[in-house]
Amino acid sequence: MAVNTSLEESIARRAHGNWLSWLVSQQTFWVSVAAVVAFVVLAFTSDVFATQQNLFNVTRNFAFVAIIAIGMTAVIVSGGIDLSVGAVLVLSGMVIGMTMNAGLSIWLAVPLALGVSLVVGAINGLMIAYVGVPPFVVTLGMLSIARSLAMVLSNNRMVYEFGPDQPKLLALGGGFVDLPLPLLDAIRIPSPVLFLLVLLVLTAYALRWTRWGRYVFAIGGNEGAATLTGVPVKRIKISVYMFCSFTAGIAGVLEVGWLGTITTGLGQGMELTVIAAAVIGGANLSGGIGTAFGAVVGAALIEVIRNSLTLLGISTFWQGTFVGSFIIVAVLFDRLRARGANE
Amino acid sequence: MAAVLELSGISKHFGAIQALIEVSLSLHAGEVVGLMGDNGAGKSTLVKIVAGNYPPSGGTLTMGGRPVAFHKPTDARVAGIEIVYQDLALCDNLSAAENVFLGRELLRGVGPLRVLDYRTMFRRAGELFAELKSETRPRDLVRRMSGGQRQAVAIARTRLAEPKIVLMDEPTAAISVRQVAEVLNLIRRLREAGIAVVLISHRMPDVFAVADRIVVLRRGRKVADKPVAASSPEEVTGLITGAIEAA
Repeated sequence: MAVNTSLEESIARRAHGNWLSWLVSQQTFWVSVAAVVAFVVLAFTSDVFATQQNLFNVTRNFAFVAIIAIGMTAVIVSGGIDLSVGAVLVLSGMVIGMTMNAGLSIWLAVPLALGVSLVVGAINGLMIAYVGVPPFVVTLGMLSIARSLAMVLSNNRMVYEFGPDQPKLLALGGGFVDLPLPLLDAIRIPSPVLFLLVLLVLTAYALRWTRWGRYVFAIGGNEGAATLTGVPVKRIKISVYMFCSFTAGIAGVLEVGWLGTITTGLGQGMELTVIAAAVIGGANLSGGIGTAFGAVVGAALIEVIRNSLTLLGISTFWQGTFVGSFIIVAVLFDRLRARGANE
Repeated sequence: MAAVLELSGISKHFGAIQALIEVSLSLHAGEVVGLMGDNGAGKSTLVKIVAGNYPPSGGTLTMGGRPVAFHKPTDARVAGIEIVYQDLALCDNLSAAENVFLGRELLRGVGPLRVLDYRTMFRRAGELFAELKSETRPRDLVRRMSGGQRQAVAIARTRLAEPKIVLMDEPTAAISVRQVAEVLNLIRRLREAGIAVVLISHRMPDVFAVADRIVVLRRGRKVADKPVAASSPEEVTGLITGAIEAA
């Protein structure tokens, strides 16, 4: 009987005794710390950084990357990659731009743009899940196709007239909400950040609390095991690529609204920044690990670095070096920790 | 007594490769069948056909006298067939409980607001591990587990439902001697519960310790099907290698 009791006790014991040791073992935690430290240091060293206007710009700029990084995280967790997000962003932006340019309502243009993004994601997913083409190849091809379609659609013109609903579009992407605070100045929140927060909450919830979320993690952890245990691997994969494209579509609509204009050069090279944000935020490129919150923090860190280099008068040419180093350090950190845990 | 599962004339080819040729086999409740054969003899292919991973190229499966066709693993599960795979089919990045419930997670709440019921899944997994007398914590990640604990997770998975048949693919290949004894005891408990167990193994002593009947495959053909008492390790070795043609 004594043996039985001790067996049950040890089964009931939790692995992570206290939340502090759990917290410091999370890459997301350390990236958050880095972002906060960078923020504080900049607030003291630069007169411009902590101003209302600069913070407004920083948060808005990072929101576009962060929105897509959330979708990208789902793809990376499932063990894939999506290189077509920058091209989907411009395609979505061009669809809404051309539709409204033709005088149609924003209520028609937005669903159309998001619908096109979903279709692109579905094609990516079908090719990957059913035809078995590696994600890298499919989405690399789609990168080229989607951007080319945006050029065909607009005849490579710049579009800046958005018909009767133009003010609504500009408000959608360029608007803001003033959050009143006691004793302090009101905080001005750009509308893309609001969309980001909603998306963050929904995605974090879906990844943690729904079957869909568990299946995405299971596929990334061991696709064979997921198949054998009856997880609908193919359908889940398609849904993941559709979700990622959808986030790129949302970012496209918002970015056109903010810029008030769209050219076919929009979002060029953005896929790399987005992947960097996801990876810095703790997503593991070999699959099975990542969080929506991490993606947002990763995007924030990249934007803070970018902004600080500009404010500190360092040539913008150095940006790539800093962001690249952060990617390598973040992954290295993860490897070292994994090695420590195994020993 | 009617067979729980009857395979008749099952064949399977992958392109030009004949993995299984006209294999017939019947499983009865409360019987442990040791399925033996060399690498590439067709053991895993046979398991995967019964598990619904792929359809046979020819032949039929009947359960309790009725013909069945499994198009996907869940079909076989619904019919009461549970598998413990050779590589255990575990996701390293998930907890023990999440692995046990993978593909049939428990939900609570109503309609579209239904969420995963982690509390019940952790509790239920803990009960299963206690039943298996395995010191495995439901919340631990499988990544950090020993071979025996991983085996316990894979076996606990089969105990979720009330299976009629449990297929075990090399369950004793990669675990310690003490844990082998535990797994063999578990197999005996499954038999006492009236479950038909198919034990696929390379390890002759394990098969002879627990099986009632022994089936040998060689190059996709069934070359022997007889009670363990009427055979011997020497004969089985001969059958596996081809030194003895058939028995």
